[in-house]
Amino acid sequence: MNSRDIAIKVENISKLYRIGLKENMHDSFGAAIFSFIKSPLRNYRKYRSLYKFDDINPNSGSKSHSNSSDIIWALRDISFQVKRGEVVGIIGRNGAGKSTLLRILSRITNPTSGHAEIRGGVSSLLEVGTGFHQELTGRENVYLNGTILGMKKKEVDQKFDEIVEFSGVEKFIDTPVKRYSSGMKVRLAFSVAAHLEPEVLIIDEVLAVGDADFQNKCLNKMQDIGQQGRTVLFVSHNMPAVTRLCERTILLHDGRVIEDGPSPQVVSAYLHSDLGSTAAREWPDAEKAPAGPVARLRAVRVRTEDGRITDTVDIRRQLSIEMEYEVLKSGQVLLPHFGLRNEQGTSVFVTVDLDPTWRQHPRPKGRYVSTVWIPGNLLAEGTLFVTCKLLTLNPNVLQFRERSAVAFHVIDSLDGDSARGDFVKTMPGVVRPLLDWTTQYDSDS
Amino acid sequence: MNKSSEINTPINIIKPRSGWQIIDFKELKEYRDLFYFLVWRDVKVLYAQTILGFSWAILQPLIQVLIFTIVFGKVAKLPTDGIPYILFSTVAIIPWTYMSQAMTQSSQSLISGQHMLGKVYFPRLIFPLTSVLAKLVDFGISMLIILGAILYYRVVPTWNLLLFPLFVMLMVSISAGVGMWLSAMAIRFRDVKHAMPFAVRMLMYTAPIVYSASSIPETYRIIYSLNPIVGVIEGYRACLLGTPMPWPYIWPGMITAALLLISGAFYFKRMERVFVDVI
Repeated sequence: MNSRDIAIKVENISKLYRIGLKENMHDSFGAAIFSFIKSPLRNYRKYRSLYKFDDINPNSGSKSHSNSSDIIWALRDISFQVKRGEVVGIIGRNGAGKSTLLRILSRITNPTSGHAEIRGGVSSLLEVGTGFHQELTGRENVYLNGTILGMKKKEVDQKFDEIVEFSGVEKFIDTPVKRYSSGMKVRLAFSVAAHLEPEVLIIDEVLAVGDADFQNKCLNKMQDIGQQGRTVLFVSHNMPAVTRLCERTILLHDGRVIEDGPSPQVVSAYLHSDLGSTAAREWPDAEKAPAGPVARLRAVRVRTEDGRITDTVDIRRQLSIEMEYEVLKSGQVLLPHFGLRNEQGTSVFVTVDLDPTWRQHPRPKGRYVSTVWIPGNLLAEGTLFVTCKLLTLNPNVLQFRERSAVAFHVIDSLDGDSARGDFVKTMPGVVRPLLDWTTQYDSDS
Repeated sequence: MNKSSEINTPINIIKPRSGWQIIDFKELKEYRDLFYFLVWRDVKVLYAQTILGFSWAILQPLIQVLIFTIVFGKVAKLPTDGIPYILFSTVAIIPWTYMSQAMTQSSQSLISGQHMLGKVYFPRLIFPLTSVLAKLVDFGISMLIILGAILYYRVVPTWNLLLFPLFVMLMVSISAGVGMWLSAMAIRFRDVKHAMPFAVRMLMYTAPIVYSASSIPETYRIIYSLNPIVGVIEGYRACLLGTPMPWPYIWPGMITAALLLISGAFYFKRMERVFVDVI
């Protein structure tokens, strides 16, 4: 392969973080006072040490350094290449190193060792609306945000009308952004980002904003970007989006590349391994669980009618999806919520908790399991991704939302008593209900 | 894609940075539009939703001048080498206001911009320099006070006035040097934020703002003048009021200022690579 065809070349990149900020406990008042007096010196050493790790290398591991318990290898020896025009997805569990990799490629942070080359102008979108200022008008923020994302003033001048039109906030473009609704702000910000024209684009979950409509608009825009021959690196937890947008996907685990290949294969390998969102996900470590001030998610599970945890469901049988969560503060009305998407990223349906016991009733602290029953002969064959969400009402506050928390496959064993009947070819459609058919026959005509 | 554009394609190389590196001026130039918009944002946002708007840039130093004139001029009757106290303190307080504000704000620039720091790359040096430049607008506006005082006392301009840009440069360099040092330090040690208010106050009394430099004994003059703020203040006085240019007070400070600027740039560059990891 010609080296000019390579847009991104990553060679043996490693990144080390130091997290050694553990607070010491004192067992006596005297010790506490003594330590308080000594603390400026100790703090100085501690904060100073945070950036000293030039001497450690990823392969020799912990031996070369005295107190290695406080260091974390966010990336270990990552290497890959991306061809010009390729759209590559990066997936992996939280903490697998995805964001660190993007931050290194965006030059926000430096690798501890190894190096990377990016050919062509790079824009990275790790967030929508970086640098937006409440007091400035929409127009001023477009310029500010545009230049922050790497455009020249001249480029913003040229694209200004297009940006404003795409965002749909023409009428308020000279109003301070603080008077915008949050939706308008996001639309304007995304619209600036969508008009970047870098050769290499690095995107981190920016689609995790806005409503479903807007997310779809963003996905379409990204698809366009991919088709314009730009190189795109796309980090996401949204498996349907990854399969739809990227022809190739890299799976990271524990700071290493463990799969690299065509997206459907890698995504399915991820989902079937215990790394990805399988039929059951649990958060044994409360610290790492998705949580809001009132509730914390502890587990999501898919079960068959007889209660077995499964990732494969017969199309004819009912199944249940449950979320286990802790309520941390008493007295709030909760609204558990599941959303299902298929492989194409189409929303199949959204369902909210209607259980009359707790509906509109403030809940005491404790552990809850909310289960929804999905009848047989409703879902179409294929993989379904479950988003699990919980709101507190009045006011509406999102406590947690875990996209693609679990996934399961709906299969049809072709026994003839499903909605397929005797039809064996591909059957499109989001749902596949078993419907009654009647036929009228008139032999005389 | 044609040949020529292929050759021009920039290549970004990402690798561990060594600690000591000089300032990448080419890169700074590359980002000048962003620099411009950030400075402009700081200026615009400062007086947003205020009734008086930019009048604050005049009002703040003006009130300080009046207070100092009453306390130090009328009550304490500090010697001013024969210059009316109000004139004497105006030409000092306005550059001092600039320097104290620029230093305070740029020392906090990385902390207040830490969100942006973690989300997008541009030369980090832009953060402290933005504050230093944005404050120049206030300085420019508050020069009106000096102009008013000079007209009122009918001070005749002399050739010294030609040196005015030199002292503006010196003043900006000192602020930038201190800003680079402190902003890089503040990201690791938040102590800077708490120490800043009284450090600034102390600095004010180390410079001849409310009193005259000539009240410092001759023997200590060199040591005293190593404080670059002394040179700036005395320099402005000589420029604007036409008194003889006190070079012995200015030279030592210029050297300190240059050292401050260079060492600040080095220190900033050295710390730059770990900013994001330490926030």
